[in-house]
Amino acid sequence: MAEPSAEGELVFHPLDQFIVEPLFGDGPVRWFTLTNVTLWMALTVLAIILLLVVGTRGRAMIPSRAQSAAEMIYGFVYKMIEDISGKDGIRYFPYIMTLFLFILFANVLGLIPTSFATTSHIAVTGVLALAVFIGVTVLGFVKNGASFLGLFWVSSAPLVLRPALAIIELISYFVRPVSHSIRLGGNIMAGHAVMKVFAGFAAIAAISPISVLAITAIYGLEVLVAVIQAYVFAILTCVYLKDALHPAH
Amino acid sequence: MEEDSVIDAEGETVFATGGELHTLEGHPVEVADPGMPQLDFSTYPNQIFWLIITLLVIYFVLSRIALPRIGSVLAERAGTITKDLASAEELKAKAKEAEASYEKALADARAEAGRIAEETRAEIQAELDAQLAKADAEIAARTAESRKELEVIRAEADAAAAEVARETAREIVATFGAGADPGKVDAAVDARTKG
Repeated sequence: MAEPSAEGELVFHPLDQFIVEPLFGDGPVRWFTLTNVTLWMALTVLAIILLLVVGTRGRAMIPSRAQSAAEMIYGFVYKMIEDISGKDGIRYFPYIMTLFLFILFANVLGLIPTSFATTSHIAVTGVLALAVFIGVTVLGFVKNGASFLGLFWVSSAPLVLRPALAIIELISYFVRPVSHSIRLGGNIMAGHAVMKVFAGFAAIAAISPISVLAITAIYGLEVLVAVIQAYVFAILTCVYLKDALHPAH
Repeated sequence: MEEDSVIDAEGETVFATGGELHTLEGHPVEVADPGMPQLDFSTYPNQIFWLIITLLVIYFVLSRIALPRIGSVLAERAGTITKDLASAEELKAKAKEAEASYEKALADARAEAGRIAEETRAEIQAELDAQLAKADAEIAARTAESRKELEVIRAEADAAAAEVARETAREIVATFGAGADPGKVDAAVDARTKG
């Protein structure tokens, strides 16, 4: 978002792309207001429905291209949960699939020029991470009772070290949602902001070729980041789920 | 270029005051209001509300429609593949069986053919032998008969020749006028011709 003004000035607004604004009118953003967040989340849902519902409506024995992609994602997430959380983690497959698909599609749709990246907002990633954190913690206590606290009591360590380790484990446990959410939001926001800054430089004739090349390269990197961050979020959720199901060290 | 410095006169960063920066090429750069939209808490309820709606919709679409459907398709495919493999195995066994029975039939036919050929050959040989023996006997009989006839003819010829010789001798003796006893002449001729 760089517009050369009358005097040939460059105006950089690298963060303007993240502004939440109403779709219609200029009023205040209330909780129910239809905003660009609503639009791009709706498009995310639409994309997921297109691939996983419309794409598989043939239920073909020999899958079409879309069905093949849907089956691949299904198999990928299913195997990830089975490998990391164990057989009893499969019960939570729909929840992890929901998180993975939402983040994946929001990230990828956010890469469309002039779109709005919903996952670049800490409010969104924070809710996702908190949902995982609270869900996993409650699940841990429901499944294991008080023995879930054994997660913090490293029985393989010498007895004298255990209280200290317990404090460290406790802190690291509560830092989980913070790192979980900031990792995703920060990655997406930084990538988009960097691309906007480079796009601003493209207005200067002398360096615009370099700028365009750099945007192309960073765009490729961002596509990778979009997919990897969705994968990382899902795999960490699986790891936390494993801790809740099998807290023993 | 003092006005290009990142810190302005009031000691605040230009990012905070919206002052001017210059790029290396000397283009003045105006930095917009830097407040991060991510930290604008007034939009949080809106984002969180729509996020929860979104996640619920995705969850219901996935758990009610998409995941059972894909799961059943995958299971069905795995079942079909297993079944196909089993039936292929069965067909292979059947083919092997058929091949074995074919081989056996072939061997049997070959043995039968050999046996028939042998039998036929033996039969023909026996018949041939019989025919040969018969032919030999016939030939021997005919030869004996011919020989007998020949003996008779020869004897007759000998007798005729002796008669002719005797008559001739008698005529010759008579012609010379010697009244010889015909009996003596005959005996002399017989002795000569038998010699």
